[in-house]
Amino acid sequence: MSIDRRLLELGDELRGAGLAVGTSELLDSFAVLGEVDWRDRDTFQQAIAATLAKSPEDRRVFDVVFERFFFRAAEAAAIEAGIVEVGGAGGVGGDEDGAGSQIDLEELRRQIAQAIADGDDARLHDLARLALAAVGRPNDASGVVGVDVQRIRRLLGLRTDPQPDYPPDDPRHDGLPADVLRRFEAIIRRELERAQIERTQTLPPSRPLGDLDRALPSGPAADLAAVHKVVAQLRRRLATQGVERRGARRHDHVDFRRTMRASLQTGGVPVVVKYRPRRPRRPEIYVLCDVSTSVTSASVFFLSVLHALHDAFRRMRSFVFIERISEVTEVFARQRNFKAVSEAIAADAGVADISGYTDYGRVWAEFRDLVEDDLHPRATVIVLGDARTNGRDPRADIFATVAAKAGRTFWLNPEPRLYWNYGDSVIDAYTPFCRAFECWTTHQLEDFVKALTTPAYR
Amino acid sequence: MSALPESVEEIAGGLLAAGYLAGESTALVTYLATRLDKPVLVEGPAGVGKTELAKALAGFLGRDLVRLQCYEGLDEAKALYEWNYRKQLLRIQAESDGTGWSEVQDDIFGEEFLLARPLLAAISSATPVVLLIDEIDKSDQEFEAMLLELLSDFQITIPELGRIAATSQPVVVLTSNNSRELTEALKRRCLYLWLDYPTVERELEIVRLHAPELAETVARKLVEVVAMVRELDLKKPPSIAESIDWARALLLLGSTDIDSTTFTDTMSVIVKHRTDLELVAERVGLALAS
Repeated sequence: MSIDRRLLELGDELRGAGLAVGTSELLDSFAVLGEVDWRDRDTFQQAIAATLAKSPEDRRVFDVVFERFFFRAAEAAAIEAGIVEVGGAGGVGGDEDGAGSQIDLEELRRQIAQAIADGDDARLHDLARLALAAVGRPNDASGVVGVDVQRIRRLLGLRTDPQPDYPPDDPRHDGLPADVLRRFEAIIRRELERAQIERTQTLPPSRPLGDLDRALPSGPAADLAAVHKVVAQLRRRLATQGVERRGARRHDHVDFRRTMRASLQTGGVPVVVKYRPRRPRRPEIYVLCDVSTSVTSASVFFLSVLHALHDAFRRMRSFVFIERISEVTEVFARQRNFKAVSEAIAADAGVADISGYTDYGRVWAEFRDLVEDDLHPRATVIVLGDARTNGRDPRADIFATVAAKAGRTFWLNPEPRLYWNYGDSVIDAYTPFCRAFECWTTHQLEDFVKALTTPAYR
Repeated sequence: MSALPESVEEIAGGLLAAGYLAGESTALVTYLATRLDKPVLVEGPAGVGKTELAKALAGFLGRDLVRLQCYEGLDEAKALYEWNYRKQLLRIQAESDGTGWSEVQDDIFGEEFLLARPLLAAISSATPVVLLIDEIDKSDQEFEAMLLELLSDFQITIPELGRIAATSQPVVVLTSNNSRELTEALKRRCLYLWLDYPTVERELEIVRLHAPELAETVARKLVEVVAMVRELDLKKPPSIAESIDWARALLLLGSTDIDSTTFTDTMSVIVKHRTDLELVAERVGLALAS
């Protein structure tokens, strides 16, 4: 029951949710508790969060787990001690003839709306219990907490959209702030769960955090920003690659003439050694991007990668393909807006022929004819595609000649590795000639960036 | 030099006196860092005051600020120490006759020939300092690995000299824009603080703190507009520093209200991309006009 034991349990729970909580982190959190007033709940949470959760995503998970953990801990202790709330708003199990029946529902609605508009958490807690006593009748209860919460919210008439029937000074007139309303729902949910636990005298099994709980609130726009960030980093890395290599290998060439000249200043002693300047390698990149229907979901991601790459590199040529290949370098150079680019490509790239299915063999042949004379050992070829040939000949031999001419060849596959080579996926035909990466999150894109920027020793 | 702070409130007050309005968790984590001698890793979007925090902390504690700006390709010669090889060479020249190899060798690898770079300077300083390692995410992973010894044990190992332990305990602040994932090993050694864009109320306080002459109504409108701009999907959302700049610009122009003309004229202070400018002009300009 002691606090250190609880903290260790919390650490365990966090590990279960995927946070890297090591012994040293836990030791830190104990050290931290020695320094702050940990009777204050907020301070307590903030202080151990600083030692246990070390990224914004982790922090989100931490808050969810923390909340749940201490709620459960308190309830477990209450069951053990046999504490039952008497006369209070027991929610679903509340008494029929108590305070509940005398509450003026309209007045309650108004008060709750006011408290939500003010964002007053303490009042919200009180009002939630009152509301449960008033409208949380057991015979209406569905037994599913989520459904009950929504039912109660409807009964209370709490909506985020403006309700012009109310007088202008009523907060409901302009609609209620969504975030506070969500907080209020969370409180109601908590109370309902508490009532349920009290009734059944058992804790519901703790459910592992779903992906939904920890997902970032993000749309495609946020993804686009993330892709841009990764690619910006890619550019920086490529730009300094030459310098890095010098540090790693230290094979500078001494510029003898300039060293001798400089030594005249120090009486002929070569104190300052002059080196020949090293030119960083200018990357030249060819990107081929599959835009067929089998990769529809991924092609937005890929196009945004392409878009970001174009922002970053001048010497880059990009192509999109389905059955045929078409160069879109121009489109990207003209248009900086991502949406316009994807529309332009969809409208007139002219890559679909008859079937609309990818034909890799033909694409390689056309690509070879297009760029054969330009390819050289310093060029990097990047293919974005799922290697699904729809049963056609993969023509790995042509791909091999392209790969042999280019310095390095990479393949980014939007499918999880698990699905590779299943069905009509023929990625294995190509892997002898290139390095293949699975790439469907920005995280994996970062791995690719790392690989791309490690200098190639040949 | 003032002593270490005794309470969270004291540090919050001290930072405020140094011109930094710290949030609750900021003050708490900073307090813990000074009490526990742990480095703090501060992450957040650009321009939310990560670097300012270190500066204000140095001001409040009355310590010198040693700053190491990280960049791609930063290596130990620029961050930790370097042998002053010109001096070594001259030394060899000066007494080339009569001295044996071992004496010269012992001689030229002494502290006299060591050039202290920021990290070594920070731990070998006579009075404790605040060490700011700025934008650690811009450096390479190898560099991060090199920092580990310093961050956990406050010591540096120089092969020719041996271990150099800290003569004074610096308060270490690392900042990162989260442009790449830092290694677990580094994070493990730090306390973590995530700074985000402030709420409208807090930003209003910050703007009022830095531009007190600006009328309250204008300042309020300003932060509301900035919050609105941040909602849009921009390449670079405006930072706190830019809202303060904007407030000062409005002061300079003597504006008494932000209408759509003032906004279009001055919005380049907070929005710095051509495509962003168009988007903002369209959306916010409309909202202001109505």
